[in-house]
Amino acid sequence: MAKPTVPILSLTDVGKSFDVGGKRIEALRGANLEIERGDFVCLIGASGCGKSTLLRIVAGFETATTGEALMWGKPIVGPDPSRGMVFQDYGLFPWLSVRGNIGFGPASRGRPPAEVRETVERFIELVGLGRFADAYPHQLSGGMKQRVAIARVLANDAEVVLMDEPFGALDAMTRERLQDELLELWERTKLTVLFVTHSIEEAIFLSSRCVVMSPGPGRIDRDIPITLPRPRDVSAPDFNELRRELSGMLHSHHGRQAA
Amino acid sequence: MSVAMDGVGVPREAAARPASAGARQIIGRMRQPLLALALPALILAGWHFATAGRAYSLIPPPSEVAVALWDLAFGGINDDAFSGTLLTHVLASVSRVYGGFALAVLAALPLGLLIGRVPLVRQMLDPLLQILRPIPVTAWLPLAMIMFGLGPRSAFFLVFLGAFYPVLVNTVFGVRSVEPRLFEAASMLGCQGSAQFAKVVLPAAMPAIFTGLRLGLGFAWVVIVIGEMTGVPTGLGAIIMEARQLSRTEIVICGMVAIGVAGFVSDRIVMLIGRRLLAWSPNHG
Repeated sequence: MAKPTVPILSLTDVGKSFDVGGKRIEALRGANLEIERGDFVCLIGASGCGKSTLLRIVAGFETATTGEALMWGKPIVGPDPSRGMVFQDYGLFPWLSVRGNIGFGPASRGRPPAEVRETVERFIELVGLGRFADAYPHQLSGGMKQRVAIARVLANDAEVVLMDEPFGALDAMTRERLQDELLELWERTKLTVLFVTHSIEEAIFLSSRCVVMSPGPGRIDRDIPITLPRPRDVSAPDFNELRRELSGMLHSHHGRQAA
Repeated sequence: MSVAMDGVGVPREAAARPASAGARQIIGRMRQPLLALALPALILAGWHFATAGRAYSLIPPPSEVAVALWDLAFGGINDDAFSGTLLTHVLASVSRVYGGFALAVLAALPLGLLIGRVPLVRQMLDPLLQILRPIPVTAWLPLAMIMFGLGPRSAFFLVFLGAFYPVLVNTVFGVRSVEPRLFEAASMLGCQGSAQFAKVVLPAAMPAIFTGLRLGLGFAWVVIVIGEMTGVPTGLGAIIMEARQLSRTEIVICGMVAIGVAGFVSDRIVMLIGRRLLAWSPNHG
């Protein structure tokens, strides 16, 4: 069945094996995934299900052992500013201020200084860090650091934002606030987001599609559209029903693995 | 360094008790220098009582050294070959120390970046450098004299060798301990390949590099004395050797004091520069 448009990301039969101490470990097998522009896709699953591996293949940090990963129909051959990554441990440059970190990408890509400055100011405002523009990363809280990490990816014209458990190290309140802010950004900018999490609630709250993965070897099990109206209420009955459903899927894998 | 995030300073405790506040503050401010001076004063006193007034003391008392130091610096007391020559000797040593040190940094820094980051360079150079490293700088002296002749060029070479390894080893260490995550972050932001040397490797390794610079410069001051002890007319090492041959022990001590002060000052300068450049690091500044 021919589609009229090329998807922004498309993975065909993607697999990845690592050599660990002479043993071959299959981290991901036969992953097929198509993501349209504007999708908010959450990858969810137990540890070892290959969700981070899949994300790193899309980022270009790892090369697929089998199959192919395409962006706009072209093979992904390495990291690229069009696919920005937000790490759980932030990955900010400690020697650069908030301004410097956000301006790193545009400056590296040879944008004129005046344009870099203008971009930096715009994105500092966007993530509400105006008062901390000259602070260094070690002076910021975890939530602020993650805002900088998101801002520097957006300031660099990323079309796809890849997020690897970005809020996993934050306290519950900060996490909820950043989830709200991220959704607002996503709705406003028509970004495409690929978001790895192990929290079912986070996945349902954020995503337009939930991709359920399972370990041994890592693979994609289910691809569930989440159509709940936004803003979503985590205590609403339909939210809870979805949560139970997804939880059941994840737990059945645990059972199967143990057997 | 930390920034007051809330923008409101905490009121000083002393402000609540204005009567004793001034005195307390003065004592508080004097505490550190007083503690630092206690032991030197004690040593000086011990030195004085052990040497002053004895007819055949081989070590001159501190007062005699102080007079000699004045004469060495400004002249007008003894009017001998040493009078008023301190500045010439200090400048000679300083220029060799900083010249050799600068050359060592120029060689060790890029080499350290390459060894730390490029496996091929590491495999080619590391074994050779590791074998040369345990050879003490003093052991190079005879060879240096053959290669560079008697004189300042040998001293210069020894200083270079002495400063080279601390800078190299610390640079390599700094480069190898850069978080791999930072390379991933840089490359997904569009900074890839050799551009990462200047924008990621160098700044990330800067704290370790600065440790190397401080050690290297300190070592340069150690080595300069050895370098200047062989057929060099000027320099603090030369003056110490010459005074020793003439049994002018007070001049020997003056030379030692001058080296101590010069080494201390140059270390403070490096530290101040480092504090500026490393303001971002929670462990510096």
